[in-house]
Amino acid sequence: MSKQIQVSGLDAYYGSHKAIEDVSMTIEPRSITAFIGPSGCGKSTFLRTLNRMHEVIPGARVEGKVLLDGDDLYGGNVEPVSVRRMIGMVFQRPNPFPTMSIYDNVAAGLRLNGRISKSRLDDTVEESLKGANLWNEVKDRLSKPGAGLSGGQQQRLCIARAIAVKPQVLLMDEPCSALDPISTLAIEDLMAKLKDDYTIVIVTHNMQQAARVSDRTAFFNLAEQGKPGKVIEMDETSRMFTNPSHKATEDYITGRFG
Amino acid sequence: MTIKTEIREGGPATSRSASRRSHGEAPFRFLSTGAGVLLLGIMAAIAVFLIGEAIPALRADKGNFLTELTWDPNSSQVFGIGALAFGTVLSSALALVIAMPIAVGVALFISHYAPRRLAGPLGYLIDLLAAVPSVIYGLWGVAFLVPLLREPSQWLNDTFGWFPLFAGEGAIGGKTMLAGGIVLAIMILPIIAAISREVFLQVPKMNEEAALALGATRWEMIRMAVLPFGRPGVISAAMLGLGRAMGETIAVALIFPATFGISFQILTPQGNSIAANIANGFGEAGDIGRGALIASGLVLFIITLLVNMAARMIINRRKELMKADT
Ligand SMILES: Nc1ncnc2c1ncn2[C@@H]1O[C@H](COP(=O)(O)OP(=O)(O)OP(=O)(O)O)[C@@H](O)[C@H]1O
Ligand SMILES: [Mg+2]
Repeated sequence: MSKQIQVSGLDAYYGSHKAIEDVSMTIEPRSITAFIGPSGCGKSTFLRTLNRMHEVIPGARVEGKVLLDGDDLYGGNVEPVSVRRMIGMVFQRPNPFPTMSIYDNVAAGLRLNGRISKSRLDDTVEESLKGANLWNEVKDRLSKPGAGLSGGQQQRLCIARAIAVKPQVLLMDEPCSALDPISTLAIEDLMAKLKDDYTIVIVTHNMQQAARVSDRTAFFNLAEQGKPGKVIEMDETSRMFTNPSHKATEDYITGRFG
Repeated sequence: MTIKTEIREGGPATSRSASRRSHGEAPFRFLSTGAGVLLLGIMAAIAVFLIGEAIPALRADKGNFLTELTWDPNSSQVFGIGALAFGTVLSSALALVIAMPIAVGVALFISHYAPRRLAGPLGYLIDLLAAVPSVIYGLWGVAFLVPLLREPSQWLNDTFGWFPLFAGEGAIGGKTMLAGGIVLAIMILPIIAAISREVFLQVPKMNEEAALALGATRWEMIRMAVLPFGRPGVISAAMLGLGRAMGETIAVALIFPATFGISFQILTPQGNSIAANIANGFGEAGDIGRGALIASGLVLFIITLLVNMAARMIINRRKELMKADT
């Protein structure tokens, strides 16, 4: 249920503006990979190229290769829709569907896959909410609006929604940046648990968080102001945080810039 | 230099500006309350005048004004709103049923499907439809649409004649409810499409992306995120359109043959509405006749008011739900 991602020579554009250039990396299954780097260096952009959400933006396009266990996600006959069903995404701001109940939010993705029996739907919703460590808090109010939950609960609801369709990979773009420390810990615990089943990629501005949760870390930076973002280095998180091989990485991690 | 004086006058300056503000405020408050009171006064005067005109006619009515179908205030003095109100509601409902899917489809196309180069001009074109005078629509309906509808009407009647709306034994086609309904639909389409488009454009990007990231196709995304979010706005657009259709006068006066009966058959030559009846009859009406027409106008006003209140209730209930959400 968990697959490897291999990226090679990837460029991403917004119209004529090149946001990232020549990114190559391997993201291992059943592990957490963290992206760190200063604001505007293209972490979100790169993350969104991994499930073809980048091209949703008018004028945005991608060059290069992204392989999911060897299959090219940008191959000629690959539907973006099917890519996104395999690679789930959690956004920076919790975004449950405002018109839907908690239950319907979790069921939303499942219902896309055609008719599904009520009992199987019930089971999967419960399983996903348990998987997102939210079940105990919401089991008595599944029919209440999802947007009525706290920010941290909403974010876990979004995680439940994403894992309900059993993706291979889970992409998370600063999933805790809008949350308080307690909710952040809850999500970090959840990530540690989900790692047993999923390939997880997380963007974070929080060095401690990257150090705590991730197995590998990639450091993104702009080569120069106005130039596209690049991966400066990628390594085991423990090595990266103790003994980075680039000066820029060290400066960033120790808080000397960014 | 200026800085120095300002510093020196720091204290008094604020109190002076405050007093200047209240200086400006008094005339403005006077003007705005004055305008409000004047408006209310004018409305009250109109209401008093209309009711004053209507009451003698209603007194003289030899039938039941609410249920009577015939409209003959000038000689037999038997008249009622029954057939007219029915015609108004049926033709407007028909117009709404025809216009809604098209208007919402057009709005969705402009907001979510059309490339930006096409979306702008298309929206403009729709807005332009609203600028066509209604008498033009009426003439177009009579001269073009009525003959055009004859064969399709016959076919509908032959094939689906068992369905009450398409039933009818005698003449089929001509100046029918269907023709009136279609013309009304075209007339209310721009307003519904324009409001719906605005509402659809306001759907938060993050809700749309949430759906797309789940692997929704564009249509599934629209069903998941856009339509539920836009529903209250679309409902209010529909109600506005319905109000317009009910009040529309000249186009339907040209198309409807001014019959006085209650029939659901939209393919037979029959049809009338309160507004059309006023337009047709006001010229040669006597005193009672005029009062009767004014009374019918008041009924039209009450119906549109009810429609608007219903819409507002739906929207408010919806809003409360959304508020509980956030
Ligand atoms: N929708 C967009 N249209 C045009 N340019 C964009 C868009 N989104 C991002 N960019 C540009 O792409 C570059 C990379 O942005 P991106 O959001 O990927 O950075 P980031 O590393 O995620 O930053 P942050 O840490 O602040 O989230 C920036 O120069 C940004 O201005
Ligand atoms: Mg970002």
